[in-house]
Amino acid sequence: MTRRRVVVLSGGLSQPSSTRLLADRLAAATTAALSGQGVQTDLEVVELRELAHELTDALLTGFPPARLRAALDAVAAADGVIAVSPVFSASYSGLFKTFFDVLDRDALDGTPVLAAATAGSARHSLVLDHALRPLLSYLHAVVVPTAVFAAAEDWGAPGALVDRVERAARELAGLVAARRPQAAADPDADGAAFERLLAGA
Amino acid sequence: MQFGIFSVGDVTPDPTTGRTPTEAERIQAMVTIALKAEEVGLDVFATGEHHNPPFVPSSPTTMLGYLAARTERIVLSTSTTLITTNDPVKIAEDYAMLQHLAGGRVDLMMGRGNTGPVYPWFGKDVRDGIALAVENYALLRRLWREDVVDWQGRHRTPLQGFTSTPRPLDGVPPFVWHGSIRSPEIAQQAGYYGDGFFHNNIFWPMEHTRRMVEVYRRAFERYGHGSADQAVVGLGGQVFMRANSQDAVREFRPYFDNAPVYGHGPSLEDFTEQTPLTVGSPQQVIERTLGFREQVGDYQRQLFLMDHAGLPLKTVLEQLDLLGEQVVPVLRRELDALRPAHVPDAPSHASLKAGLAPSAAAQPVGAR
Repeated sequence: MTRRRVVVLSGGLSQPSSTRLLADRLAAATTAALSGQGVQTDLEVVELRELAHELTDALLTGFPPARLRAALDAVAAADGVIAVSPVFSASYSGLFKTFFDVLDRDALDGTPVLAAATAGSARHSLVLDHALRPLLSYLHAVVVPTAVFAAAEDWGAPGALVDRVERAARELAGLVAARRPQAAADPDADGAAFERLLAGA
Repeated sequence: MQFGIFSVGDVTPDPTTGRTPTEAERIQAMVTIALKAEEVGLDVFATGEHHNPPFVPSSPTTMLGYLAARTERIVLSTSTTLITTNDPVKIAEDYAMLQHLAGGRVDLMMGRGNTGPVYPWFGKDVRDGIALAVENYALLRRLWREDVVDWQGRHRTPLQGFTSTPRPLDGVPPFVWHGSIRSPEIAQQAGYYGDGFFHNNIFWPMEHTRRMVEVYRRAFERYGHGSADQAVVGLGGQVFMRANSQDAVREFRPYFDNAPVYGHGPSLEDFTEQTPLTVGSPQQVIERTLGFREQVGDYQRQLFLMDHAGLPLKTVLEQLDLLGEQVVPVLRRELDALRPAHVPDAPSHASLKAGLAPSAAAQPVGAR
Protein backbone atom coordinates (compact mmCIF):
# COMPACT_ATOMS: atom_id res chain seq x y z
CA MET A 1 0.00 0.00 0.00
CA THR A 2 1.23 3.49 -0.83
CA ARG A 3 2.08 5.63 2.19
CA ARG A 4 2.12 9.37 2.64
CA ARG A 5 3.21 11.53 5.55
CA VAL A 6 0.81 14.17 6.83
CA VAL A 7 1.78 16.55 9.62
CA VAL A 8 -0.87 18.36 11.64
CA LEU A 9 0.14 21.67 13.25
CA SER A 10 -2.18 22.73 16.02
CA GLY A 11 -1.71 26.17 17.56
CA GLY A 12 -4.33 25.90 20.29
CA LEU A 13 -3.29 26.94 23.79
CA SER A 14 -6.08 25.68 26.03
CA GLN A 15 -6.54 22.05 26.92
CA PRO A 16 -8.83 20.72 25.65
CA SER A 17 -8.60 23.01 22.66
CA SER A 18 -11.17 23.62 19.93
CA THR A 19 -8.24 24.24 17.58
CA ARG A 20 -7.00 20.73 18.27
CA LEU A 21 -10.57 19.44 17.92
CA LEU A 22 -10.80 20.96 14.43
CA ALA A 23 -7.30 19.69 13.59
CA ASP A 24 -8.29 16.16 14.57
CA ARG A 25 -11.45 16.35 12.45
CA LEU A 26 -9.44 17.49 9.45
CA ALA A 27 -6.82 14.81 10.04
CA ALA A 28 -9.43 12.05 10.31
CA ALA A 29 -11.24 13.22 7.17
CA THR A 30 -7.93 13.47 5.26
CA THR A 31 -6.86 10.01 6.38
CA ALA A 32 -10.23 8.60 5.29
CA ALA A 33 -10.08 10.35 1.92
CA LEU A 34 -6.54 9.08 1.30
CA SER A 35 -7.57 5.59 2.37
CA GLY A 36 -10.33 5.78 -0.26
CA GLN A 37 -7.57 6.32 -2.83
CA GLY A 38 -5.58 3.36 -1.56
CA VAL A 39 -3.09 5.51 0.36
CA GLN A 40 -2.16 4.84 3.97
CA THR A 41 -1.48 7.94 6.05
CA ASP A 42 1.38 8.30 8.52
CA LEU A 43 0.01 11.03 10.71
CA GLU A 44 2.07 13.18 13.05
CA VAL A 45 0.46 15.80 15.26
CA VAL A 46 2.59 18.73 16.42
CA GLU A 47 1.11 20.64 19.36
CA LEU A 48 2.81 24.01 19.21
CA ARG A 49 1.95 24.64 22.87
CA GLU A 50 4.41 21.93 23.86
CA LEU A 51 7.12 23.64 21.81
CA ALA A 52 6.49 27.18 23.05
CA HIS A 53 9.72 27.44 25.06
CA GLU A 54 11.78 25.85 22.31
CA LEU A 55 10.30 28.26 19.77
CA THR A 56 11.32 31.24 21.89
CA ASP A 57 14.80 29.78 22.39
CA ALA A 58 15.12 29.27 18.64
CA LEU A 59 14.23 32.91 18.02
CA LEU A 60 16.95 33.98 20.45
CA THR A 61 19.73 31.53 19.62
CA GLY A 62 19.10 31.01 15.91
CA PHE A 63 18.95 27.23 16.14
CA PRO A 64 16.13 24.91 17.18
CA PRO A 65 16.53 22.59 20.18
CA ALA A 66 16.24 18.88 19.37
CA ARG A 67 12.48 18.46 19.94
CA LEU A 68 11.66 21.49 17.80
CA ARG A 69 14.19 20.36 15.17
CA ALA A 70 12.30 17.07 14.94
CA ALA A 71 9.01 18.93 14.37
CA LEU A 72 10.55 21.21 11.76
CA ASP A 73 12.11 18.24 9.99
CA ALA A 74 8.76 16.43 10.04
CA VAL A 75 7.10 19.39 8.34
CA ALA A 76 9.88 19.65 5.76
CA ALA A 77 9.56 15.93 4.98
CA ALA A 78 5.74 15.90 4.95
CA ASP A 79 3.71 15.11 1.83
CA GLY A 80 0.94 17.29 3.21
CA VAL A 81 0.34 19.64 6.15
CA ILE A 82 -2.80 20.61 8.06
CA ALA A 83 -2.16 23.96 9.77
CA VAL A 84 -4.69 25.17 12.32
CA SER A 85 -4.42 28.36 14.36
CA PRO A 86 -6.71 30.08 16.81
CA VAL A 87 -7.51 33.68 15.91
CA PHE A 88 -5.78 36.13 18.26
CA SER A 89 -6.12 39.89 17.77
CA ALA A 90 -7.49 39.57 14.25
CA SER A 91 -4.79 37.17 12.98
CA TYR A 92 -3.09 33.82 13.56
CA SER A 93 -1.58 33.50 17.03
CA GLY A 94 1.96 34.64 17.70
CA LEU A 95 2.96 31.11 18.64
CA PHE A 96 1.63 29.77 15.32
CA LYS A 97 3.54 32.44 13.39
CA THR A 98 6.72 31.78 15.36
CA PHE A 99 6.77 28.20 14.11
CA PHE A 100 6.75 29.49 10.53
CA ASP A 101 9.36 32.11 11.43
CA VAL A 102 11.85 29.45 12.46
CA LEU A 103 10.93 27.02 9.67
CA ASP A 104 13.51 26.83 6.87
CA ARG A 105 12.34 29.07 4.07
CA ASP A 106 12.07 26.24 1.52
CA ALA A 107 10.61 23.65 3.91
CA LEU A 108 7.08 24.00 2.50
CA ASP A 109 8.07 24.62 -1.11
CA GLY A 110 5.41 22.79 -3.17
CA THR A 111 3.85 21.11 -0.13
CA PRO A 112 0.04 20.85 -0.13
CA VAL A 113 -1.31 22.65 2.94
CA LEU A 114 -4.80 22.83 4.35
CA ALA A 115 -5.32 26.06 6.30
CA ALA A 116 -7.83 26.23 9.12
CA ALA A 117 -8.66 28.49 12.04
CA THR A 118 -10.90 28.72 15.06
CA ALA A 119 -12.39 31.69 16.88
CA GLY A 120 -15.19 32.67 19.20
CA SER A 121 -17.06 34.41 16.44
CA ALA A 122 -17.56 33.96 12.70
CA ARG A 123 -16.64 37.62 12.22
CA HIS A 124 -12.97 36.57 12.11
CA SER A 125 -13.34 34.05 9.29
CA LEU A 126 -11.46 36.13 6.72
CA VAL A 127 -8.29 35.61 8.78
CA LEU A 128 -7.87 32.52 6.64
CA ASP A 129 -7.67 34.55 3.46
CA HIS A 130 -6.04 37.69 4.81
CA ALA A 131 -3.43 36.12 7.07
CA LEU A 132 -2.91 32.36 6.67
CA ARG A 133 -3.09 32.20 2.89
CA PRO A 134 -0.51 34.98 2.25
CA LEU A 135 1.86 33.43 4.81
CA LEU A 136 1.64 30.03 3.16
CA SER A 137 1.90 31.53 -0.33
CA TYR A 138 5.09 33.32 0.70
CA LEU A 139 6.49 29.93 1.71
CA HIS A 140 5.50 28.53 -1.72
CA ALA A 141 3.10 26.04 -0.21
CA VAL A 142 0.24 24.78 -2.38
CA VAL A 143 -2.76 25.90 -0.33
CA VAL A 144 -5.90 23.89 -1.00
CA PRO A 145 -8.82 26.00 -2.27
CA THR A 146 -11.09 25.27 0.68
CA ALA A 147 -9.95 26.65 4.00
CA VAL A 148 -11.89 25.71 7.11
CA PHE A 149 -13.05 28.10 9.78
CA ALA A 150 -14.83 26.98 12.93
CA ALA A 151 -16.49 29.58 15.13
CA ALA A 152 -17.80 28.62 18.56
CA GLU A 153 -21.33 28.39 17.19
CA ASP A 154 -20.32 25.80 14.56
CA TRP A 155 -19.73 23.22 17.29
CA GLY A 156 -23.47 23.41 18.11
CA ALA A 157 -24.67 23.23 14.48
CA PRO A 158 -22.16 21.00 12.82
CA GLY A 159 -23.80 20.29 9.47
CA ALA A 160 -22.04 22.99 7.45
CA LEU A 161 -18.73 22.50 9.26
CA VAL A 162 -18.72 18.75 8.58
CA ASP A 163 -19.34 19.34 4.88
CA ARG A 164 -16.57 21.89 4.72
CA VAL A 165 -14.12 19.64 6.61
CA GLU A 166 -14.80 16.81 4.19
CA ARG A 167 -14.49 18.98 1.13
CA ALA A 168 -11.18 20.47 2.28
CA ALA A 169 -9.87 17.02 3.26
CA ARG A 170 -10.77 15.64 -0.21
CA GLU A 171 -8.88 18.48 -1.85
CA LEU A 172 -5.83 17.93 0.36
CA ALA A 173 -5.94 14.15 -0.10
CA GLY A 174 -5.98 14.54 -3.89
CA LEU A 175 -2.83 16.67 -3.85
CA VAL A 176 -1.06 14.50 -1.25
CA ALA A 177 -1.78 11.27 -3.12
CA ALA A 178 -0.49 12.76 -6.37
CA ARG A 179 2.70 14.05 -4.79
CA ARG A 180 5.98 12.21 -5.04
CA PRO A 181 7.26 11.22 -1.59
CA GLN A 182 9.78 13.70 -0.20
CA ALA A 183 13.46 12.89 0.22
CA ALA A 184 15.34 13.95 3.32
CA ALA A 185 17.29 17.19 2.92
CA ASP A 186 21.00 16.83 2.11
CA PRO A 187 23.09 19.99 2.48
CA ASP A 188 25.45 18.69 -0.21
CA ALA A 189 22.69 17.57 -2.59
CA ASP A 190 23.97 20.07 -5.12
CA GLY A 191 27.68 19.29 -5.13
CA ALA A 192 28.30 21.73 -7.98
CA ALA A 193 26.63 24.73 -6.33
CA PHE A 194 29.93 26.52 -5.71
CA GLU A 195 31.36 25.86 -9.16
CA ARG A 196 28.25 27.32 -10.76
CA LEU A 197 28.54 30.40 -8.56
CA LEU A 198 32.19 30.75 -9.56
CA ALA A 199 31.21 30.54 -13.20
CA GLY A 200 28.80 33.41 -12.56
CA ALA A 201 25.73 31.35 -13.44
CA MET B 1 47.11 20.46 16.19
CA GLN B 2 46.81 24.16 16.87
CA PHE B 3 45.02 25.68 19.84
CA GLY B 4 44.10 29.29 20.20
CA ILE B 5 41.51 31.86 21.04
CA PHE B 6 39.26 34.07 18.98
CA SER B 7 37.74 37.32 20.11
CA VAL B 8 34.63 39.05 18.91
CA GLY B 9 35.80 42.30 20.48
CA ASP B 10 32.43 43.13 22.00
CA VAL B 11 32.07 45.94 24.51
CA THR B 12 29.54 44.42 26.90
CA PRO B 13 28.57 45.56 30.38
CA ASP B 14 29.64 43.22 33.16
CA PRO B 15 26.20 42.04 34.35
CA THR B 16 27.49 41.51 37.89
CA THR B 17 28.64 45.13 38.29
CA GLY B 18 26.75 46.96 35.56
CA ARG B 19 30.01 48.53 34.45
CA THR B 20 30.75 48.87 30.73
CA PRO B 21 34.41 49.11 29.72
CA THR B 22 35.43 52.00 27.49
CA GLU B 23 36.56 51.30 23.96
CA ALA B 24 40.09 52.17 25.04
CA GLU B 25 39.92 49.62 27.87
CA ARG B 26 38.49 46.95 25.62
CA ILE B 27 41.13 47.44 22.94
CA GLN B 28 43.91 47.29 25.53
CA ALA B 29 42.23 44.22 27.04
CA MET B 30 42.28 42.48 23.65
CA VAL B 31 46.00 43.21 23.36
CA THR B 32 46.66 41.93 26.88
CA ILE B 33 44.64 38.79 26.14
CA ALA B 34 46.57 38.14 22.92
CA LEU B 35 49.92 38.55 24.70
CA LYS B 36 48.71 36.25 27.45
CA ALA B 37 47.70 33.67 24.83
CA GLU B 38 51.28 33.51 23.63
CA GLU B 39 52.61 33.44 27.19
CA VAL B 40 50.49 30.41 28.15
CA GLY B 41 51.60 28.51 25.06
CA LEU B 42 48.65 28.88 22.72
CA ASP B 43 49.28 28.79 18.96
CA VAL B 44 46.75 31.23 17.52
CA PHE B 45 45.12 34.56 18.32
CA ALA B 46 42.30 35.63 16.00
CA THR B 47 40.32 38.85 16.06
CA GLY B 48 36.90 39.50 14.61
CA GLU B 49 36.12 42.34 12.24
CA HIS B 50 33.10 44.51 12.91
CA HIS B 51 31.95 47.90 11.73
CA ASN B 52 29.34 48.79 14.29
CA PRO B 53 29.07 49.26 18.04
CA PRO B 54 29.33 47.57 20.49
CA PHE B 55 32.38 46.05 18.77
CA VAL B 56 35.86 47.60 18.63
CA PRO B 57 37.90 45.63 16.08
CA SER B 58 37.12 47.43 12.81
CA SER B 59 40.78 47.49 11.80
CA PRO B 60 42.23 44.00 12.26
CA THR B 61 45.59 44.51 10.54
CA THR B 62 46.33 47.53 12.73
CA MET B 63 45.78 45.45 15.85
CA LEU B 64 47.51 42.35 14.47
CA GLY B 65 50.47 44.43 13.24
CA TYR B 66 50.92 45.82 16.73
CA LEU B 67 50.64 42.32 18.18
CA ALA B 68 53.16 41.04 15.65
CA ALA B 69 55.70 43.45 17.09
CA ARG B 70 55.00 42.39 20.65
CA THR B 71 54.94 38.62 20.15
CA GLU B 72 57.43 36.04 18.97
CA ARG B 73 55.67 32.87 18.10
CA ILE B 74 51.87 33.02 18.03
CA VAL B 75 50.02 32.92 14.71
CA LEU B 76 47.88 36.01 14.12
CA SER B 77 44.59 35.40 12.41
CA THR B 78 41.08 36.72 11.89
CA SER B 79 37.62 35.50 12.80
CA THR B 80 36.50 36.63 10.33
CA THR B 81 37.75 38.90 7.56
CA LEU B 82 34.77 40.24 5.66
CA ILE B 83 35.37 38.99 2.13
CA THR B 84 32.04 40.48 1.07
CA THR B 85 32.32 44.16 1.95
CA ASN B 86 36.11 44.65 2.00
CA ASP B 87 37.80 45.38 -1.29
CA PRO B 88 39.78 42.24 -2.13
CA VAL B 89 42.60 44.45 -3.39
CA LYS B 90 42.90 46.05 0.04
CA ILE B 91 42.77 42.66 1.75
CA ALA B 92 45.57 41.43 -0.53
CA GLU B 93 47.72 44.47 0.28
CA ASP B 94 46.98 44.71 4.01
CA TYR B 95 47.56 41.07 4.82
CA ALA B 96 50.63 40.73 2.63
CA MET B 97 52.11 43.70 4.51
CA LEU B 98 51.12 42.12 7.82
CA GLN B 99 52.65 38.85 6.70
CA HIS B 100 56.02 40.58 6.10
CA LEU B 101 55.92 42.41 9.42
CA ALA B 102 54.94 39.26 11.32
CA GLY B 103 57.52 37.05 9.64
CA GLY B 104 54.85 34.85 8.13
CA ARG B 105 52.89 34.32 11.37
CA VAL B 106 49.62 35.24 9.64
CA ASP B 107 46.61 33.48 8.25
CA LEU B 108 43.02 34.60 7.65
CA MET B 109 39.53 33.29 8.00
CA MET B 110 37.08 34.55 5.44
CA GLY B 111 33.50 35.23 6.42
CA ARG B 112 30.49 37.04 5.07
CA GLY B 113 29.56 38.89 8.23
CA ASN B 114 26.16 38.78 9.85
CA THR B 115 25.23 42.45 10.11
CA GLY B 116 22.90 43.51 7.31
CA PRO B 117 23.57 47.27 7.27
CA VAL B 118 27.34 46.74 6.85
CA TYR B 119 26.69 45.88 3.20
CA PRO B 120 25.03 49.18 2.27
CA TRP B 121 27.50 51.11 4.45
CA PHE B 122 30.23 49.72 2.21
CA GLY B 123 28.24 50.16 -0.99
CA LYS B 124 27.17 46.52 -1.35
CA ASP B 125 23.87 44.65 -1.43
CA VAL B 126 23.30 42.06 1.30
CA ARG B 127 21.49 39.86 -1.22
CA ASP B 128 24.80 39.48 -3.06
CA GLY B 129 26.52 38.00 0.04
CA ILE B 130 27.45 34.63 -1.42
CA ALA B 131 28.22 36.02 -4.88
CA LEU B 132 30.55 38.61 -3.30
CA ALA B 133 32.30 35.95 -1.23
CA VAL B 134 32.88 33.88 -4.36
CA GLU B 135 34.01 36.64 -6.73
CA ASN B 136 36.08 38.62 -4.23
CA TYR B 137 37.93 35.58 -3.02
CA ALA B 138 38.67 34.39 -6.55
CA LEU B 139 40.25 37.80 -7.21
CA LEU B 140 42.13 37.82 -3.89
CA ARG B 141 43.76 34.49 -4.74
CA ARG B 142 44.95 35.82 -8.08
CA LEU B 143 46.30 39.02 -6.55
CA TRP B 144 48.50 36.96 -4.24
CA ARG B 145 49.56 34.45 -6.88
CA GLU B 146 49.98 36.45 -10.09
CA ASP B 147 52.38 39.39 -10.30
CA VAL B 148 50.29 41.26 -12.85
CA VAL B 149 46.52 40.88 -12.85
CA ASP B 150 44.00 41.78 -15.53
CA TRP B 151 40.58 41.22 -14.08
CA GLN B 152 36.97 42.03 -14.63
CA GLY B 153 34.01 41.04 -12.48
CA ARG B 154 30.57 42.15 -11.43
CA HIS B 155 31.16 43.65 -8.04
CA ARG B 156 34.29 45.76 -8.39
CA THR B 157 35.86 48.13 -10.86
CA PRO B 158 38.05 46.24 -13.40
CA LEU B 159 41.81 45.96 -13.02
CA GLN B 160 44.28 46.24 -15.89
CA GLY B 161 47.97 45.63 -15.30
CA PHE B 162 47.56 45.72 -11.52
CA THR B 163 50.26 44.46 -9.18
CA SER B 164 49.34 44.08 -5.52
CA THR B 165 52.24 45.12 -3.30
CA PRO B 166 54.01 43.99 -1.28
CA ARG B 167 54.11 40.54 -2.88
CA PRO B 168 53.43 37.79 -0.33
CA LEU B 169 56.39 36.93 1.91
CA ASP B 170 58.64 34.38 0.17
CA GLY B 171 56.07 34.21 -2.63
CA VAL B 172 53.78 32.22 -0.30
CA PRO B 173 50.27 33.63 0.16
CA PRO B 174 48.84 33.46 3.69
CA PHE B 175 46.85 30.31 4.35
CA VAL B 176 43.11 30.92 4.19
CA TRP B 177 40.29 29.38 6.16
CA HIS B 178 36.68 29.85 5.15
CA GLY B 179 34.18 30.23 7.94
CA SER B 180 30.52 29.54 7.45
CA ILE B 181 27.86 28.37 9.82
CA ARG B 182 25.16 27.31 7.40
CA SER B 183 26.08 27.81 3.74
CA PRO B 184 27.14 24.61 1.98
CA GLU B 185 28.43 26.71 -0.94
CA ILE B 186 31.13 28.15 1.31
CA ALA B 187 32.11 24.71 2.60
CA GLN B 188 32.38 23.67 -1.07
CA GLN B 189 34.42 26.81 -1.82
CA ALA B 190 36.95 25.86 0.87
CA GLY B 191 37.12 22.33 -0.54
CA TYR B 192 37.42 23.56 -4.13
CA TYR B 193 40.58 25.52 -3.37
CA GLY B 194 41.98 23.10 -0.82
CA ASP B 195 41.80 25.88 1.77
CA GLY B 196 40.83 25.31 5.40
CA PHE B 197 37.25 25.22 6.63
CA PHE B 198 36.37 26.61 10.03
CA HIS B 199 33.00 25.90 11.55
CA ASN B 200 32.19 28.28 14.35
CA ASN B 201 30.07 25.71 16.08
CA ILE B 202 29.76 27.48 19.43
CA PHE B 203 26.13 28.44 19.02
CA TRP B 204 25.05 25.33 17.14
CA PRO B 205 24.40 21.66 17.80
CA MET B 206 27.35 19.39 16.88
CA GLU B 207 25.19 17.40 14.47
CA HIS B 208 24.91 20.47 12.25
CA THR B 209 28.66 21.04 12.46
CA ARG B 210 29.30 17.45 11.49
CA ARG B 211 27.21 17.80 8.32
CA MET B 212 28.88 21.05 7.25
CA VAL B 213 32.36 19.61 7.77
CA GLU B 214 31.33 16.58 5.75
CA VAL B 215 30.30 18.82 2.82
CA TYR B 216 33.75 20.44 3.00
CA ARG B 217 35.66 17.15 3.26
CA ARG B 218 33.82 15.70 0.27
CA ALA B 219 34.60 18.76 -1.87
CA PHE B 220 38.28 18.72 -0.74
CA GLU B 221 38.59 15.18 -2.03
CA ARG B 222 36.48 15.74 -5.16
CA TYR B 223 38.73 18.57 -6.28
CA GLY B 224 41.87 16.54 -5.86
CA HIS B 225 43.56 18.03 -2.82
CA GLY B 226 43.88 14.74 -0.99
CA SER B 227 41.59 12.31 0.77
CA ALA B 228 38.62 13.67 2.71
CA ASP B 229 40.30 12.96 6.04
CA GLN B 230 43.28 15.11 5.03
CA ALA B 231 41.17 18.25 4.69
CA VAL B 232 42.02 21.09 7.06
CA VAL B 233 39.29 21.64 9.63
CA GLY B 234 38.95 24.16 12.43
CA LEU B 235 36.32 24.37 15.16
CA GLY B 236 35.21 26.87 17.72
CA GLY B 237 34.63 26.21 21.37
CA GLN B 238 33.37 28.12 24.33
CA VAL B 239 34.38 27.29 27.88
CA PHE B 240 34.41 28.63 31.40
CA MET B 241 36.45 26.78 34.00
CA ARG B 242 37.11 26.62 37.69
CA ALA B 243 38.82 23.82 39.60
CA ASN B 244 35.43 22.94 41.05
CA SER B 245 32.74 22.68 38.38
CA GLN B 246 30.00 24.04 40.67
CA ASP B 247 32.06 27.20 41.15
CA ALA B 248 32.36 27.57 37.38
CA VAL B 249 28.60 27.30 36.91
CA ARG B 250 27.84 29.74 39.71
CA GLU B 251 30.34 32.33 38.48
CA PHE B 252 29.48 32.08 34.77
CA ARG B 253 25.68 31.96 35.05
CA PRO B 254 25.03 35.74 35.21
CA TYR B 255 27.29 36.23 32.17
CA PHE B 256 25.48 33.46 30.33
CA ASP B 257 22.01 34.70 31.27
CA ASN B 258 22.74 38.19 29.96
CA ALA B 259 25.10 37.35 27.10
CA PRO B 260 24.61 38.90 23.68
CA VAL B 261 23.48 36.25 21.14
CA TYR B 262 21.88 33.69 23.47
CA GLY B 263 21.11 35.56 26.69
CA HIS B 264 17.55 35.55 28.06
CA GLY B 265 16.91 32.40 26.03
CA PRO B 266 17.67 28.81 26.96
CA SER B 267 19.00 27.90 30.38
CA LEU B 268 22.73 27.41 30.88
CA GLU B 269 22.05 23.71 31.37
CA ASP B 270 20.02 23.39 28.13
CA PHE B 271 22.53 25.38 26.10
CA THR B 272 25.42 23.34 27.47
CA GLU B 273 23.68 20.19 26.39
CA GLN B 274 22.76 21.53 22.94
CA THR B 275 26.02 23.25 21.97
CA PRO B 276 29.75 22.83 22.66
CA LEU B 277 29.59 25.33 25.55
CA THR B 278 31.28 23.73 28.53
CA VAL B 279 31.12 25.26 31.99
CA GLY B 280 32.94 23.20 34.55
CA SER B 281 36.32 21.80 35.51
CA PRO B 282 39.32 21.67 33.17
CA GLN B 283 38.82 17.91 33.01
CA GLN B 284 35.25 18.40 31.72
CA VAL B 285 36.55 20.77 29.06
CA ILE B 286 39.14 18.21 28.00
CA GLU B 287 36.55 15.45 27.70
CA ARG B 288 34.07 17.61 25.80
CA THR B 289 36.69 18.87 23.37
CA LEU B 290 37.99 15.36 22.71
CA GLY B 291 34.40 14.52 21.76
CA PHE B 292 34.51 17.05 18.88
CA ARG B 293 36.95 14.80 17.05
CA GLU B 294 34.43 11.96 17.17
CA GLN B 295 31.95 14.18 15.32
CA VAL B 296 34.13 15.78 12.63
CA GLY B 297 37.19 13.53 12.43
CA ASP B 298 40.80 14.52 13.07
CA TYR B 299 41.05 18.27 12.84
CA GLN B 300 43.77 20.86 12.84
CA ARG B 301 42.70 23.96 14.72
CA GLN B 302 40.68 24.51 17.87
CA LEU B 303 39.85 28.10 18.81
CA PHE B 304 38.12 29.02 22.05
CA LEU B 305 35.98 32.07 22.72
CA MET B 306 37.10 33.28 26.15
CA ASP B 307 36.55 37.03 26.42
CA HIS B 308 32.94 37.89 25.73
CA ALA B 309 29.68 38.67 27.52
CA GLY B 310 31.29 41.25 29.79
CA LEU B 311 33.72 38.92 31.58
CA PRO B 312 36.32 41.09 33.34
CA LEU B 313 39.88 41.03 32.02
CA LYS B 314 41.21 39.52 35.23
CA THR B 315 38.83 36.58 34.91
CA VAL B 316 39.71 36.08 31.24
CA LEU B 317 43.41 35.98 32.08
CA GLU B 318 42.73 33.37 34.80
CA GLN B 319 40.80 31.36 32.22
CA LEU B 320 43.75 31.54 29.83
CA ASP B 321 46.06 30.26 32.57
CA LEU B 322 43.77 27.26 33.08
CA LEU B 323 43.51 26.71 29.34
CA GLY B 324 47.24 26.90 28.76
CA GLU B 325 48.35 24.98 31.84
CA GLN B 326 45.72 22.31 32.34
CA VAL B 327 43.68 21.84 29.17
CA VAL B 328 45.71 22.42 26.02
CA PRO B 329 48.76 20.28 26.93
CA VAL B 330 46.47 17.30 27.52
CA LEU B 331 44.40 17.90 24.39
CA ARG B 332 47.54 18.37 22.32
CA ARG B 333 49.00 15.10 23.53
CA GLU B 334 45.76 13.11 23.19
CA LEU B 335 44.69 14.46 19.80
CA ASP B 336 48.17 14.24 18.30
CA ALA B 337 48.40 10.63 19.46
CA LEU B 338 45.05 9.78 17.88
CA ARG B 339 45.79 11.44 14.55
CA PRO B 340 47.03 9.06 11.82
CA ALA B 341 50.32 9.94 10.11
CA HIS B 342 48.71 10.79 6.75
CA VAL B 343 46.54 13.54 8.28
CA PRO B 344 48.52 16.80 8.12
CA ASP B 345 48.90 19.62 10.62
CA ALA B 346 47.38 22.98 9.81
CA PRO B 347 49.57 24.66 7.19
CA SER B 348 52.01 27.28 8.45
CA HIS B 349 54.12 29.72 6.50
CA ALA B 350 57.08 27.36 6.87
CA SER B 351 55.19 24.29 5.65
CA LEU B 352 53.65 26.15 2.71
CA LYS B 353 57.06 27.55 1.79
CA ALA B 354 58.45 24.02 1.82
CA GLY B 355 55.52 22.89 -0.33
CA LEU B 356 54.52 20.35 2.30
CA ALA B 357 50.87 21.21 2.84
CA PRO B 358 48.29 19.45 0.68
CA SER B 359 46.75 22.75 -0.29
CA ALA B 360 50.00 23.78 -1.93
CA ALA B 361 48.44 22.03 -4.94
CA ALA B 362 47.07 25.38 -6.04
CA GLN B 363 44.68 24.41 -8.79
CA PRO B 364 41.58 22.33 -8.16
CA VAL B 365 41.18 19.31 -10.40
CA GLY B 366 38.82 20.08 -13.23
CA ALA B 367 38.86 23.80 -12.44
CA ARG B 368 38.33 26.30 -15.17
